[in-house]
Amino acid sequence: MILSLEYRHSSARYLASRTVTSTKAGSRLSAMVAGNMSPLRLINLAAPVVPGEGWTRVAPRLSGICGSDIGLLTGRSSPYFSSVSSMPFVPGHEVVGETLDDLPDLPAGSRVVLDPVLSCEPRDIESCRWCADGRESRCDHVTTGRLAPGVQTGSCSETGGAWSRQFVAHRSQLHVVPDSLDDERAVLVEPLACAVHAARRVDIDPGATVVVVGAGTVGLMTLLALREVAPTAPIHVIAKHRHQQERALALGATAVHEPSHAVRALRRSTTARMHKPEWGREFLLGGVDVVFECTGGASGLDSALRLARAGGTVVVSGMPSGSVDLAPLWLRELHLVGAYASDSGGGNGQRSDFAEAIELAGAAPIDGWVEPPYPLRRWREAMAHAVDAGKLGSVKIAFAPGKD
Amino acid sequence: MSRPGFVLTVDERTPPLLVHQGEGFRLERLPLGSRVIYPPDSLKGVRNVDAEIQHALLNPLGIEPLPELLYPNMRLTIVFDDLSLPLPQMQTPDIRQRVIEHVLELAAAKGVDDVELIVANALHRRMTPAEIKRVVGERVFRSFFPEHLRNHDAEDRANLVEIGKTKHGEVVELNRRAMESDLIVYVNITTTPMSGGPKSVSVGLASYRSLRHHHNVHTLRHSRSFNDPPNSAMHHSYERMADLIGGHVKVFTIETSLNNDTFPTATSFLNKREWEWNVADQASYLAVKRGNELMPARARRKVWQKNVAPYAVTGVNAGLPSEVHPVTLDNVHRQQVTEVQGQADVAIFGLPYICPYNVNSIMNPILVMSLGLGYFFNLYKNRPIVRKGGAAIFYHPVEHEFHPVHHPSYIDFFDEVLTQSTDPVVLETKYEEQFATDPWYIQLYRKSYAYHGVHPFYMWYWGAHALEHLGEVIFVGGNRRTTARMGFKAASTLADALEIASHTVGRSPSITYQHAPPLVVADVR
Ligand SMILES: [Zn+2]
Repeated sequence: MILSLEYRHSSARYLASRTVTSTKAGSRLSAMVAGNMSPLRLINLAAPVVPGEGWTRVAPRLSGICGSDIGLLTGRSSPYFSSVSSMPFVPGHEVVGETLDDLPDLPAGSRVVLDPVLSCEPRDIESCRWCADGRESRCDHVTTGRLAPGVQTGSCSETGGAWSRQFVAHRSQLHVVPDSLDDERAVLVEPLACAVHAARRVDIDPGATVVVVGAGTVGLMTLLALREVAPTAPIHVIAKHRHQQERALALGATAVHEPSHAVRALRRSTTARMHKPEWGREFLLGGVDVVFECTGGASGLDSALRLARAGGTVVVSGMPSGSVDLAPLWLRELHLVGAYASDSGGGNGQRSDFAEAIELAGAAPIDGWVEPPYPLRRWREAMAHAVDAGKLGSVKIAFAPGKD
Repeated sequence: MSRPGFVLTVDERTPPLLVHQGEGFRLERLPLGSRVIYPPDSLKGVRNVDAEIQHALLNPLGIEPLPELLYPNMRLTIVFDDLSLPLPQMQTPDIRQRVIEHVLELAAAKGVDDVELIVANALHRRMTPAEIKRVVGERVFRSFFPEHLRNHDAEDRANLVEIGKTKHGEVVELNRRAMESDLIVYVNITTTPMSGGPKSVSVGLASYRSLRHHHNVHTLRHSRSFNDPPNSAMHHSYERMADLIGGHVKVFTIETSLNNDTFPTATSFLNKREWEWNVADQASYLAVKRGNELMPARARRKVWQKNVAPYAVTGVNAGLPSEVHPVTLDNVHRQQVTEVQGQADVAIFGLPYICPYNVNSIMNPILVMSLGLGYFFNLYKNRPIVRKGGAAIFYHPVEHEFHPVHHPSYIDFFDEVLTQSTDPVVLETKYEEQFATDPWYIQLYRKSYAYHGVHPFYMWYWGAHALEHLGEVIFVGGNRRTTARMGFKAASTLADALEIASHTVGRSPSITYQHAPPLVVADVR
């Protein structure tokens, strides 16, 4: 039996958590995630079974809590995702762990990080057009093949997930961690790979003005990746908390802005014009070339759309939630670009997002980003901490599933 | 004869003294031995204002009588001071209305058709139609607005003209219509020694290109004070420009001065010396103070902004600007100057609810700074009332509040510039140009009712001399965050303020309180 945190969807509970958590009180929010109505429970489950050749069991050493996990638990995530997952499942997809089975080129006991996307290869099915092109995060086959539906490990009922003491992974999902990279850095590789992926989704002209909305894990990592992709571009970061602003500056942000001052400050630095509609927030005429939405909130996306210049681009990096007024998209002829997970670089010889991320994780000033990990049985505290991470001065909350 | 100015020395019989504090006031007991500077009693006004105006126009100084300067087919431009004068606004009819009506009558009698009226608002916000109507009166407004009565637009390139450079290389760029007129008639109100005279046309109708030559840190630091024109580098620059203008276009100026009746009957105790308050004054002090404190903030602001002053006119003088202005200054001095012996370690000022830039608006923190360290600190001749390295204690709540329409660039200045530096020189060299040329601020200045983008910088420079002179700046009742942002301290009481100041001036400093408004200029010997 494997100690696991299991997610069980119940529509009634989902709706209940949604109404309660959509109040403003942050502490109420964390109470809901971790309280009795939570769809999460700690339980001993039968160990997930290796589905075939090329698979190994993995014992997590550190497993991160992602914004999308919190979205799921607070009922903020879109019902859209319900048909691309299979219940019940064990969440957790940001993980550094140890393999337990020998594979031809990967002996048992290897330290690995996981690319959680469950695309054609792990599903043992003929490649769809995207997988054939090395763009696995777009895979069309995420509900078929050898496995139950699920876009990723952590949303599929058969693979198990990283919030447990064991799950199974296909060789194609695993990347060996160099010895020089400790667990605290390695557990950040998956979110970094997503950030690299997002940064590479658009071409950024030298000198283009870039804005990153949000300075939680996604925002900070996007900033890190952008500094690689567009070293000379002015990058402004909108960050709510002081420690986030300081971290962003340390990572090379050109300037940081509090949310309440951001529109004015960006208006000035882009010499745009600012208008205030009768209802709703200010927007710019003129404005920013590329905006990365990294909060996963409707309000972050709303800001992003209002900051972008005509013909500019908004990249949705955080898992979106809520609804947004698309008037600026239409009027300003914006490009709205999604950025989900990571891939092996596309067919054009580009290195995979994970390869970039592993290198970045080794070099970037990210010491102290992972808080001392929680054992699984302290999951309520861990979730509460994760919900209020920004307020509490933290970046990444993680489990150490092997610890008691 | 009204009594001259007076310096009181506080002793144990002195009643608590009135101190203005934004949209409110209080009675304060000052330490024994403190000196208090009061302005001369309000002067008697001229009995027949219309006759006085008529007389001035027909018997001008240094130039032909106005009717002789008027002829058919000429271009006549009448320019008048904007909303920033007087403070508070005066009871209608405004003196500017009366003067303009007389001028227009003479012009009509001479068959002058091409007449334009221009508000000399420089980089101030445009006046609204209602505000203009209040100043010029219904009749003039109806006949001229909007085609022939408008605000000066310092960003309308097509309607500006560079008439040359002064011998110091200062660019003089002014309103084209005015400069291409056969005659400018300037209608002025002089309420401080700083305004009027060479300033009227050279500043009121100028552009940023021209203003930057005297509205800068260097000039302001060498204007000691800017209320003492002979010792003001700023006024020397105005004079050079005025000379150039005088060689280019004929200017006929009408300057008026007002007495110190700043507050209406209901609050007339504010015009009086405290020990002369009668029972009715005592009662109305209590009633007004209590009523004021009970009012919600918004209503309170409305009531204060509606305040209009029952000023009397103390002089109307017309003619060549250089000949008229000394006469006007005499009138202003008679009303405002009080002689004081020596400087003090600590100066106290009560800052009222209004300054030149928040009429019908909000006094934001930058305006408080400019009112305190700019206007009030510089109400002196010879020497500041406080010694170099001394402390200034101001009373004002310094709320974090901005008028979003009137002061948009102030908001950005406060949030983005003052967070980087409060040093006027750094602000000037690093940020002024950005703000001055920002197309959005320019659009708001031209089409909305916003102060020009560069204006908050001027406000900061206004205090540059004080910033250099003072060792400590403390706001009693001031918001801690906003005062700290500006580099100042906040204290909850005078005792706290003196405690803070003791690090700079010791435990038993000499103290001078400049009791205003009504305004008083200290002539420090
Ligand atoms: Zn596929």
